[in-house]
Amino acid sequence: MIRFDQVHKRYANGREALAGVSFTIADGEMTFLTGHSGAGKSSILKLIALIERPTRGQVFVGNQNTAAIKPRGIPQFRRQLGVVFQDHKLLHDRPIADNVALPLIIAGVPKREIDKRVRAALDQVGLLGKEKNRPLELSAGEQQRVGIARSIVGKPKLLIADEPTGNLDPDLALEIIQLFKRFNDVGVTVVIATHDVQLIDRCGARRIGFREGRVAAPAGTAASDLGA
Amino acid sequence: MVEHPLAAFMTMAVIAIALALPLLLNVFLQNTRTATANWNQVFDISVYLDKKAPGTRVQALAKQLRSRADVAAVRVITADEALLQFRRASGFGNALDALRDNPLPDTLVVTPALGASTPAGTEGLRRAIAATADVQAVQIDTEWVQRLYTMLDILRRIIWLTGALLGLGVVLVVGNTIRLDILNRRAEIEVMKLVGATDGFARRPFLYSGVWYGLGGGLLALILVAVAVGMLAKPVETLAGLYGSQFRLSGLGLDLGAAVLGVSIGLGWFGSWLAATRHIRAIEPT
Repeated sequence: MIRFDQVHKRYANGREALAGVSFTIADGEMTFLTGHSGAGKSSILKLIALIERPTRGQVFVGNQNTAAIKPRGIPQFRRQLGVVFQDHKLLHDRPIADNVALPLIIAGVPKREIDKRVRAALDQVGLLGKEKNRPLELSAGEQQRVGIARSIVGKPKLLIADEPTGNLDPDLALEIIQLFKRFNDVGVTVVIATHDVQLIDRCGARRIGFREGRVAAPAGTAASDLGA
Repeated sequence: MVEHPLAAFMTMAVIAIALALPLLLNVFLQNTRTATANWNQVFDISVYLDKKAPGTRVQALAKQLRSRADVAAVRVITADEALLQFRRASGFGNALDALRDNPLPDTLVVTPALGASTPAGTEGLRRAIAATADVQAVQIDTEWVQRLYTMLDILRRIIWLTGALLGLGVVLVVGNTIRLDILNRRAEIEVMKLVGATDGFARRPFLYSGVWYGLGGGLLALILVAVAVGMLAKPVETLAGLYGSQFRLSGLGLDLGAAVLGVSIGLGWFGSWLAATRHIRAIEPT
């Protein structure tokens, strides 16, 4: 599903975020990217979502070389992708239902279909009945679940999340990760960047560690206490 | 736009004022044309005979002119009749009594045929008459009318010029307003792009805003013009009455009003399109 091949990323300010990173994530895998802030996790996710382009090397997503995707093709590419952010990135002046519906509206899904799928997505994250609320009326954990509902409403095959538990206490964080695990169980490839090592240890999943822009820890699977 | 109704109204007001100015000039121009339209029709040509010509000459000349194809009618005013008229109309009766001779010449008032009442036709007729023996002077009062029409033509061009400049102003005003709207919604546009929105999709609501600005500005402009015409109608009617005219001030009319709305909507759309295309492209998620 995802393959990084000797990827370098140097930003305009001269900072070298990635220095020759190679790894592969298989279809249907759930993977944590770990490391201190500045280790390159976020850069990896930005390269996957085509928010950034590699300076050198190649990034394959869904067997497609992202270098071949022109700026015009980026919107279409992103519609096949679910993205979750640490700061949720919700639209605060719109109700929850509209926030979740956004990707479907953009993709031009018919109105009746949208209502159905928005309710289904909110049901999956346990927020059914809060459609009319505004994001700021919800708790941080609930807001994050709205963000997740929005990322999965388009039924993507790949879900990427940048520090999705960053602002949550450990119990809520585990809940969120379990939510990701449920999507992974039905075949969605999940890539989560986090510095919360304890959390990863509590759920069994593959882990790729980064240090100073390079793959540090060997890619392996930690012991699982998550449903396995 | 909905969140800041006052700001939106101010933008519309600026558009309205920019549009109302050339429209008012146009109303002035159209009304001046209407008021002077019948002046463009047949002009009589006054033919003054030489004082030394024999008394029968005037009737002979009248007969000769009547036979011309480009002459519709000829009225004879003999010197005696002219003096009588002048005595009655001017109030200088006593002063005229002091004169030994009638100072006025025999006069022919020639009305050109309708086909010859063009400026060129009238001019040809004037020359022909002037070349006739015993004719002292020929006079057509068309020069000042032609000057008036030339001035109106210049005014018409000025209106187009100001209209074009102010139209450009409308585009810039809408563009700037939309630019600020876009900067205010930067975060929202970023999110939309992150979940797969094309620039065109992100641009659409701003184009709608531009259309609304244009529509609101256009309607306000029409109201401004209507109010101005309403305020001027009464005094203009009074003035026309003083000149014995039935002339009434007319406003823009339905066709032009609809055209104004169309143009202002178009300008609003274009302004927002320019700004949105440029500034939305510049917003990329980070």
